[in-house]
Amino acid sequence: MPLSFEEFLFYAFGAVLLAAALGVITARNPVHSVLFLVLAFFTSAALWLLMEAEFLALTLVLVYVGAVMVLFLFVVMMLDIDLAALRAGFARYLPLGLAVAAIIVWEMASVLGPARFGPQRMEAPPPQGAGYSNTKALGETLYTQHLYAFEVAALILLVAIVAAIALTLRRRPDVKRQEPARQVRVRRRERVRLVRLPPAGEGEG
Amino acid sequence: MIETIQNLWAAVPEPIQLPALIVAKILAIVLPLMGAVAYLTFAERKIIGYIQVRIGPNRVGPRGWLQPIADALKLLSKEIIVPANANRFLFLLAPVLAIGPALAAWAVVPFDEGLLLADIDAALLYVLALTSLAVYGIIVAGWASNSKYALLGAMRSAAQMVAYEIAMGFALVGVLMVGDSLNLREIVLKQAGNPLNWFVWPLLPLFLVYFISGVAETNRAPFDVAEGESEIVAGFHVEYSGIAFGVFFLAEYANMILISTLTALMFLGGWLSPFEGWAPESWYAVPVVGAVIGSGMHWLLAKTAFFLFCFLWFRATFPRYRYDQIMRLGWKVFLPLTIVWLFVEGLAQHFRLAPWFA
Repeated sequence: MPLSFEEFLFYAFGAVLLAAALGVITARNPVHSVLFLVLAFFTSAALWLLMEAEFLALTLVLVYVGAVMVLFLFVVMMLDIDLAALRAGFARYLPLGLAVAAIIVWEMASVLGPARFGPQRMEAPPPQGAGYSNTKALGETLYTQHLYAFEVAALILLVAIVAAIALTLRRRPDVKRQEPARQVRVRRRERVRLVRLPPAGEGEG
Repeated sequence: MIETIQNLWAAVPEPIQLPALIVAKILAIVLPLMGAVAYLTFAERKIIGYIQVRIGPNRVGPRGWLQPIADALKLLSKEIIVPANANRFLFLLAPVLAIGPALAAWAVVPFDEGLLLADIDAALLYVLALTSLAVYGIIVAGWASNSKYALLGAMRSAAQMVAYEIAMGFALVGVLMVGDSLNLREIVLKQAGNPLNWFVWPLLPLFLVYFISGVAETNRAPFDVAEGESEIVAGFHVEYSGIAFGVFFLAEYANMILISTLTALMFLGGWLSPFEGWAPESWYAVPVVGAVIGSGMHWLLAKTAFFLFCFLWFRATFPRYRYDQIMRLGWKVFLPLTIVWLFVEGLAQHFRLAPWFA
């Protein structure tokens, strides 16, 4: 059976995604790993676009590729990583790592396998018409049906923001810093003092 | 003549017709864009020259008009030097990463009613997502050059872009709230009627935030610390030569034009004429004047040209921001301002403030 164009795109993006994900864990240079991860995110966004989930796809690019991975890259580039030291215990930890990996694979296979997640259990959603807006539909359910869950998630994020700032905010009394508000408010008489000098020849010389 | 062309087109096999049409449309956008970039560099040198009471380039061609072509030929014929310890692949990939998003974002830009490449539903999100990718070209260039100045420039740029993107995103949320759509064409049509309907009036603070953030996103003066030629030589592209440098240059100017066009579309009514709604009908009947004061692509181009002039004007008149001042402006001024304005907009929407929220 010849592939349709969508199917061809799905397999092409799927192949790129798998290769990129493999690159993330096999690349020797951490910067290369991060760039492979960027490619992986980007390709999964393309896969979501194929599934008509354009809001999620574009948000994935915007949030993860555009912001989170930039910060990742920022940190990784600043690190001076000694690759030899990192790889020193590789053989010793290999059995443990393999065991953990096997457990994860088993867990995911048992949940996501065809018996529970296959096309028999989960019907593929019907393709929507051209006038259908994914963003609108998502907004409507999010702000009506799931409003409380949404607000709780927002509050948790707010707490996380406050906590992150509180953890890194240090007040150091010995550091001189600028106060832009005071700089803006400054008036001439606070800085400039006009002095009347006696004309030359007078005074005590 | 037209019949011959139609016959020729009918002879093209069916599966090739659609891709051929799309490629033709892409060329119709990209080629004028490249011309605009070339002459924007010329305009920049001339305008800054006049502001500084100089003449600017006037040697190549009549009054210097062939200068951009001479510059392009010079860049093309120069050698591309890859530094010895640079990461060769990423070093050469970086300019491509810079130019890619700068061109791809044009796919959803409407130039006139119905005159656009892709009329997609989430155009605003698409534009925001793609402009956020522009930073990769700069970071990868800075890192792959294996040079301290380049790395410093890349670091500055990364922090700056992340900071200003948030303010930019919130400004777009404001546009989305008034426009009631993510589609750029619908956003422009929502501003029809008369110039008072343009979103610049209800969104004046967001308009300023968006345009200033746009200047920061494109790493233009006074936010050009990523290049900072008086501090870190040329920042992220210090190791680039020849056309590899030229591509970065192209990306920067294409992004400037993109930001100007988007600002015109979202806040100043895009291709809508400012004469709409108040000029008497008889004016439109005058042969040439009528066509000029009617809505059309020329108004979009004029508005874009005004914002591009602002870019050059800023560069000629403002001293460069200090790095900590840039961070303060982005995080402590723009971000709270946009959030407060979203609340104001919410109130306006609740009370159905005419004419924008009616």
